[in-house]
Amino acid sequence: MLSNFPVLSLALFMPVIGAIIIICLPKAETRPIKYVAAVSTFISLALSILVFIAYDRVQGGMQFIEHIPWIADLGVSYALGVDGISIPLMLLTNLIGFSAVYASWHVADRVKEFFILLLILISGVMGTFLTTDLFIFFLFYEVVVIPIYLLVIMWGSSKRVSKEYAGMKLTIYLLMGSAFLLTGLIALFIKAYTLSGVPSMDIATLSGLEFPLEFQIWVFAFMALGFGTLLSMFPFHAWSPDGYAGAPTAVSMIHAGVLKKIGGYGLIRIGIYILPLGAKFIAPVIAVLAIGNIVYAAMICLSQKDLKYIVGYSSVSHMGYVLIGIAALNLVSLNGAVIMMFAHGVMAALFFAMIGNLYEKSHTRNVDDFGGLAHQMPRLATGFMLAGLASLGLPGLVNFVGEFTIFIGAFRNYRVLTIIAVLGIVLTAVYILRTLGDVLFGPRREEWDELQDLRGPELVPLIVLGSVIILGGLYPLDIMNLINGGVEQIVNQTGLHNIQAALWTGGIF
Amino acid sequence: MSLKFFLENAWLIALLPFLSFAIIGLYLHRWPKISACLSIVSIGISLVLALGTAFAVFATKEGVVYEAAMRWLDMPGLRVDMGMLLDPLAAVMLIVVTLVALLVQVYSLGYMHDDPGLASYYAYQSLFAASMLGLVLANNFGQLYIFWELVGVCSYFLIGFWFGRDSAKEAAKKAFITNRVGDFAFLLGILFLQLLFGSLNYGSLATALEGFNNSAVLLIVALLLFGGSIGKSAQFPLHVWLPDAMEGPTPVSALIHAATMVAAGVYLIARAFFIFSASPEAMLVIAVVGGFTALFAASIALVQNDIKRILAYSTLSQLGYMIMAMGTGAMSASIFHLMTHAFFKSLLFLAAGSVIHALANEQDIFKMGNLYHKMPVTAGTFIVGALALSGIPPLSGFWSKDEILAGTLSSGHIFLYVLGLLVAFMTAFYMFRLVFVVFFGSNEAQGHPHESPWIMTTPLAILAGVSVVAGFPGSPLMHYAFGHYVNSPAALHVVPGALTMIISTLLALSGIGLAWAMYQQKLLEPRLLVDKVPQFYKLLINKYYIDEIYAWIVARAVDATAAWLFWVDINIVNRLVNNIAFFTGRSGETLRYTEDGQVQSYALYMFGGIIVILAAALYLGLPG
Repeated sequence: MLSNFPVLSLALFMPVIGAIIIICLPKAETRPIKYVAAVSTFISLALSILVFIAYDRVQGGMQFIEHIPWIADLGVSYALGVDGISIPLMLLTNLIGFSAVYASWHVADRVKEFFILLLILISGVMGTFLTTDLFIFFLFYEVVVIPIYLLVIMWGSSKRVSKEYAGMKLTIYLLMGSAFLLTGLIALFIKAYTLSGVPSMDIATLSGLEFPLEFQIWVFAFMALGFGTLLSMFPFHAWSPDGYAGAPTAVSMIHAGVLKKIGGYGLIRIGIYILPLGAKFIAPVIAVLAIGNIVYAAMICLSQKDLKYIVGYSSVSHMGYVLIGIAALNLVSLNGAVIMMFAHGVMAALFFAMIGNLYEKSHTRNVDDFGGLAHQMPRLATGFMLAGLASLGLPGLVNFVGEFTIFIGAFRNYRVLTIIAVLGIVLTAVYILRTLGDVLFGPRREEWDELQDLRGPELVPLIVLGSVIILGGLYPLDIMNLINGGVEQIVNQTGLHNIQAALWTGGIF
Repeated sequence: MSLKFFLENAWLIALLPFLSFAIIGLYLHRWPKISACLSIVSIGISLVLALGTAFAVFATKEGVVYEAAMRWLDMPGLRVDMGMLLDPLAAVMLIVVTLVALLVQVYSLGYMHDDPGLASYYAYQSLFAASMLGLVLANNFGQLYIFWELVGVCSYFLIGFWFGRDSAKEAAKKAFITNRVGDFAFLLGILFLQLLFGSLNYGSLATALEGFNNSAVLLIVALLLFGGSIGKSAQFPLHVWLPDAMEGPTPVSALIHAATMVAAGVYLIARAFFIFSASPEAMLVIAVVGGFTALFAASIALVQNDIKRILAYSTLSQLGYMIMAMGTGAMSASIFHLMTHAFFKSLLFLAAGSVIHALANEQDIFKMGNLYHKMPVTAGTFIVGALALSGIPPLSGFWSKDEILAGTLSSGHIFLYVLGLLVAFMTAFYMFRLVFVVFFGSNEAQGHPHESPWIMTTPLAILAGVSVVAGFPGSPLMHYAFGHYVNSPAALHVVPGALTMIISTLLALSGIGLAWAMYQQKLLEPRLLVDKVPQFYKLLINKYYIDEIYAWIVARAVDATAAWLFWVDINIVNRLVNNIAFFTGRSGETLRYTEDGQVQSYALYMFGGIIVILAAALYLGLPG
């Protein structure tokens, strides 16, 4: 039954359908608009949970496939399908999308436009994870840019930089990344055409071709730049803190939570899968830059006072773990990178939801303005604490699984770099605990006595994202099995384990 | 019910407190009394199960070893189980943890009775018990690390339990971060183990290690793992968090920062003894670090005035004693001391808490005095604890301490033996300085001190009883049964000779005597001694300025670098991007002159473009 039913398309277009309904609603009816947004994202979430459960782990491979040929001359088809790598990210998108709607419950300005753009954004991000066609992937990626830009410049907030600057910076970086990406994709398409004589944009087909080494290196380098920028790889990270600080809560949640992960997903699904030899060649560079992410950004966090900047730089730092996991190119490290993307997404979204809520009520994000908030807002404090502890990799919360797996995997290939990367767990603990301590603990400050604790719709992000953080941390076996199924296939098909043997030089030093 | 039942269901010992935590956290936090009862009942059942498990483990002459596990994380190349390894070592630890936790939780009913956060207090207590028991049960390093961190976070929450105080907030943060520094090394050690041997299971590692002769690598791995112990068991130079941790409620100090969690570092060495004992160099480092900490902390304890801080430095010193014993190979003696120390030190803390409770949170010993008559049970039990700690026969501390001293002597570490004796003397002195000043001194305490309610004194009485008898399993009275069961093939087990017993007892008595002379009879004015060596006294009272040095490093090195890097990010990395944007803008301005509205120009551009594309197509050999 499920095999014939277009589950993925329905999940993918549900937010768009919601947006269309909202277009038809009158501007003043803010309540129905929010309900439509909530219901449509909820349906997508329910469908992605269904996919997560119904995916046949024994059979593996791409499932729930939908295939409609589109542009035959270019070999483009509307092709959807999910495997162990895309399902967690699809789930992540919808968990955050659903929570983001609730985190935006108090948006008062141009409600109709806000939710239309938000829903389009959610669909756009989801599409990149669901498609198995390179062209469609790129299409969705471009779809994302427009709503992001509008959402930031219209509903954003200005602090260190103006929201217009932040929006522009975010957009330009996204486009810069996509320019590199497009170049790489066109080169790939043309080369594949010359090699096989059949035009194809199908990722699996492309990965079956043997591209020459030099070509692989060049194209992978372009992709590493494109996807790396998206993943805020050092030194292309400058958009991230400013962008998150300027963006409205929902956009920060979606951007830090999932949009960024398109970079990591692309590196694995497109970069490594299609160009394994190029990946092998470029990987050490990525690994070194990853250390830049982890240590440099974590150090900067120590000097920050704006909550959004702290989480912004922290997210740059955490992407370093993902990058070194990808760069180590082995099964364990890639598994770690995928679960880390999931984990970081949930955690960052929760963090931004809490910060957004606090900012909405107090109109400040400066750590020094706060203190002892746990007295007045115990639920908010719980949310902050949960996100913070997840961020510093506390076992029992899902981020630990990612960090531990990445470290184990990366240590096989990069001895010294991994040791430096592990230093990140100390630095993260320092800035997270300082921040949480200064905001939540200490003597009660009377100026915040009238702040309302989380209630009603505001609780949704905390409950949804918080439960995922805890459940994933207590019982990671199933989701790791799922991811492992997807990653193992890529590793085996590309012969990455043989490349491994070449990289592995033996001995300890 | 067969004994097998207890072995197979030992995982319940850790699970029950965890369930209690979850239920309180999710449903019961509005009903503090019910929460407290649930927590106490669950840890009580755990104690019963732990006793049953111990019976099963000690059922045979050699001791039973039982292992079971379920997968928690599994992929080719990495496997972490949630398992349990039941052997005499684990059995002893299970009893210690569940017993002390139960008594502390009962005691807390009285101590914390009017605290508004009682429900969350019991939630954290339950989570701590679950994590600590999970740590003890672990059959692999992955699981050990998971629970290791979880006990750390419970400690964070409980130190910062009164989060409205700035001092509690700072102390909690300091504890967690200092531990993280140790865990950094510990985690690296685990990464090495997985890389070298492809497994984290104790049993598999022990087998794999037999054929491994790279002593340099082994030394590194052992020292990295020991880093975890340094943090958790608060050894020099990561000891700074433990005295500050006294900001937490006193029952917490008794349970976590005296009896159980801080002993986890010692337990780690015992569990991984097969790794440590394979590297003699690492063992030497461990022995020296432990010995140094024992002396260092005892010297600070001599001059402190805060009742809890004296006990905290004493804990540091005693942990150093245990670590030193591990280093000399006396693994059994070390665990023996861990056990006895857990009982008498938690007794001392709880009794101190009873005093603090009676004096409306007064902690300065020189503002107390003559409490013996007003609080006889508290005073009596405290003195029992102090005698046990000082090593007066036949109390428990006597047997375990002498076994450690015997170990240092027979392994040839004469220097550590002498150091151990010196520490024993200092311990007796500072403990009885406290006893004489607080319970017999002529100062009169403020207010109207009164004996604590029975809910607090009953746990004291039980712990006092246990502190008296807990040494017997390791004494000739029971044929040194403890050392027979809790042991490792690589460990050295020596029973103390009569000479060591006599010397250590005489030293302890003379320490007590000196304290009596100075603080009870005032035969010797402490002031005179201080004036003899003012610099040294200043050094001691300022705890060797270690905190100040760390604060300086953090401010100057870490925070300054952070600020500098932020400057770099804004002014260099960011400016680079802004410059590119600026350059693009200018090029756009220049290029717009090409858009002149002349059709001829556009045709020219188009023609040029076609030529370029054709050339490219020909060069690449595209069909069509």
